[in-house]
Amino acid sequence: MSGPLDQVARQASEWLRGTGPLHEIVISTRIRLARNIRGFPFLPRADTEVRREIAAAMHGAVRRTPLLKDYVQMDVEQLDELDRTLLVERHLISRQHADGSGARAVLFEPNEASAIMINEEDHLRIQTMRSGLQIDAAWEQINAIDDALEANLDYAFHPQYGYLTACPTNVGTGIRVSVMLHLPALRLTNELEKVAQAARDLKLAVRGLHGEGTEALGDFFQISNQITLGRSEEEIIDDFRSVVIPKIVEYERATREALLKNRPQALDDKIWRAIGLLKNARLISSHEAMQYLSHVRMGLHVGRLDNVDLSTLNELFLQIQPAHLQKLHGERLTGEQRSIERAAFIRARLHTN
Amino acid sequence: MGLCERCKKAQATFHLTNIDRSGNKAERHLCDRCAGEEGLVQSGKPAVDVDEILQNFISASKSGGAELSNLVCDQCGISYVEFRNQGLLGCPNDYDAFKEPLTRLLERTHGATHHEGKTPKSLGLPRKPQQDLRRLKRQLDEAVAGEDYERAAQLRDRIREVENA
Repeated sequence: MSGPLDQVARQASEWLRGTGPLHEIVISTRIRLARNIRGFPFLPRADTEVRREIAAAMHGAVRRTPLLKDYVQMDVEQLDELDRTLLVERHLISRQHADGSGARAVLFEPNEASAIMINEEDHLRIQTMRSGLQIDAAWEQINAIDDALEANLDYAFHPQYGYLTACPTNVGTGIRVSVMLHLPALRLTNELEKVAQAARDLKLAVRGLHGEGTEALGDFFQISNQITLGRSEEEIIDDFRSVVIPKIVEYERATREALLKNRPQALDDKIWRAIGLLKNARLISSHEAMQYLSHVRMGLHVGRLDNVDLSTLNELFLQIQPAHLQKLHGERLTGEQRSIERAAFIRARLHTN
Repeated sequence: MGLCERCKKAQATFHLTNIDRSGNKAERHLCDRCAGEEGLVQSGKPAVDVDEILQNFISASKSGGAELSNLVCDQCGISYVEFRNQGLLGCPNDYDAFKEPLTRLLERTHGATHHEGKTPKSLGLPRKPQQDLRRLKRQLDEAVAGEDYERAAQLRDRIREVENA
């Protein structure tokens, strides 16, 4: 079972290294732009042949764009299910793109900081990802990629409605800013639903780790804009940078401090139980492992724990997921085999450092 | 989710955690009604009335149903009804073909009907003063709402400049 993505599975994506600003609470910043090309129908109205023509036109434009010359190119239509899921787990393609049909592809920068999906819901979905809160850096790069592609493509743009998209919920700027937050203290104190409600009141969407359709929040909380029309990219970005994210980060920090001050044993209990379970479990689901890894991550960041390496931990978040686990193991595994392999993999990684 | 601990009938939707000075945690799980009766939430009309929004949505979808069902894009062939059923448009031209109902839909989902922000350089469009004006006026509203009168005064002067330009 070898494939083009074997090597990719061994390392963590750049954005998961846990190095960016506020990384103890902000896992990552992602921006995506939805773009379509004039002269073609949107994808829901494109038959097999037209999809192929659109993909060919996009590949042609990419080839003429020097900025994208080092990008890794993957023909998603030809990849097997495991490789497609691996790309989903790395946030390089969406679940919808993985499960779709017909001509479709993804291109990504070798360090995975940016990626372009061809023929997802729109002809093009460009994204940039950064570790921690780096909205400006993510915007600067995606804006440059968009400009470079635009020089070689005729975007569908309307003087009143802006960039036209298959779904009217994305029309206008076509921008979606998503920030992934790690909020274990707010969850432990049952405050998370309040934060979610406040975000919804601001017309922001709140989701779990894997975006659309993942409602179970766990300790991870993805927050993104829903309004794309009538507000400029800068205004949308500024809301996140100066209002929404700093407030939530401050709330989580204060809650962590209050727990440390008032209930240190309760906090330590969570952290050390998590370590104990991860180092000793013989069968563990990805959901359960994620929960304990989350508590260990918090333990590291509040200074109650120092014998776990942060980069190992960040890699584990990625590599305990089903497709990564099977890639690293080198063969396909059933559900129970995965739980056994996952438990063994975590034990090995946590005992060696 | 459990039942309300007070009436033991309705679903508990209101969760309150009190931590006192010595760090003791007390949790309460109540339904909306009991939470209201205990004065824990503002009683009366909620800020967002879901029923009302749904009603508006349904009546808006139905109004003019007869004419809307006849709307078809002459370029991709999709009808407005098909679009409403699947939620996705068929081609860029639909935005003009379905302009009227779509503008109402956009107004509801985005609270706006005009794009602001980036435009393709190839179009060579100068930055439109109307765009700047709309943005400035919105910022002015925000400044006034936030009682930031110094900023509001600056914005008012900027708006005059743009209007007189």
